[in-house]
Amino acid sequence: MPPLSRWFIKSSFVYLVATFVSGVLAVVDAAWDVIPGAVQVTPVYYHLFMLGWVSQLIFGVGNWMFPVYSREAPRRSERLGWAVYGLLNGGLELLVLAEVVRAFAAEQAGHWLQAVGALLLWLAGTAFVANTWGRIRGK
Amino acid sequence: MPALSVWFVRTALFYLLLGFTFGGLLLSNKGVPYAPALWRLRSLHIEILMVGWFIQFAMGVAFWIFPRWWHEPRRGDERGAYLAYGLLNLGIWAVALPLLFDWSGVFVTIGRVVEAAAALAFATHIWPRTVGREG
Repeated sequence: MPPLSRWFIKSSFVYLVATFVSGVLAVVDAAWDVIPGAVQVTPVYYHLFMLGWVSQLIFGVGNWMFPVYSREAPRRSERLGWAVYGLLNGGLELLVLAEVVRAFAAEQAGHWLQAVGALLLWLAGTAFVANTWGRIRGK
Repeated sequence: MPALSVWFVRTALFYLLLGFTFGGLLLSNKGVPYAPALWRLRSLHIEILMVGWFIQFAMGVAFWIFPRWWHEPRRGDERGAYLAYGLLNLGIWAVALPLLFDWSGVFVTIGRVVEAAAALAFATHIWPRTVGREG
């Protein structure tokens, strides 16, 4: 398994744990209002699950198992692959940070962090599709 | 990779791009509001990523890598899988458009029925291929 896939897949398991932790927090907060401020745990929970776990696992396994692009560049651009990893994880972490900053520190700063996180995630998705499209083909 | 998997996975990648774009617009608009009407894309964003990206991708990869027969046709009767591809993509838009334009819930129900039919068609194809080495 190539190093990039190992990073994707191991990170996806970290996010799976984080997903369930945030799920517990959301349920506990709904019942006893233990989290001070206006932290919105539920959207974080869904994004950790669908982006951090599902999509990241797919990206990792896809990078590993999809048909090779060419003999010289079997996984097309390795550099773009690593950029996808950085953008996806950076964007996701900014989304989580934005919720915390928005609720506890500076609301406007949190909003901007969320917008930047959204942009990074969009770039990650676009770069993954660009790097993978050419590998999805018949024999 | 067989032709149908190429269609499934490339269509899934198209929906990934569309879903991430809608998600990016929604999140950025939530962070820095510039177009309140964008909030209408939320249901579409969820439908496209859950069904269009994730489920479609899983079907495409399953059709490709699940065990094949020693004899032709190696993937058995493929009609269920082809039917699933058509129904799934019809169902996505049959659900998504009414959610976007606030059409009657009847249309969403029809869309969900079409998606369920897609799942049934795919299961019909993949069930006999879900076997061990001994068959």
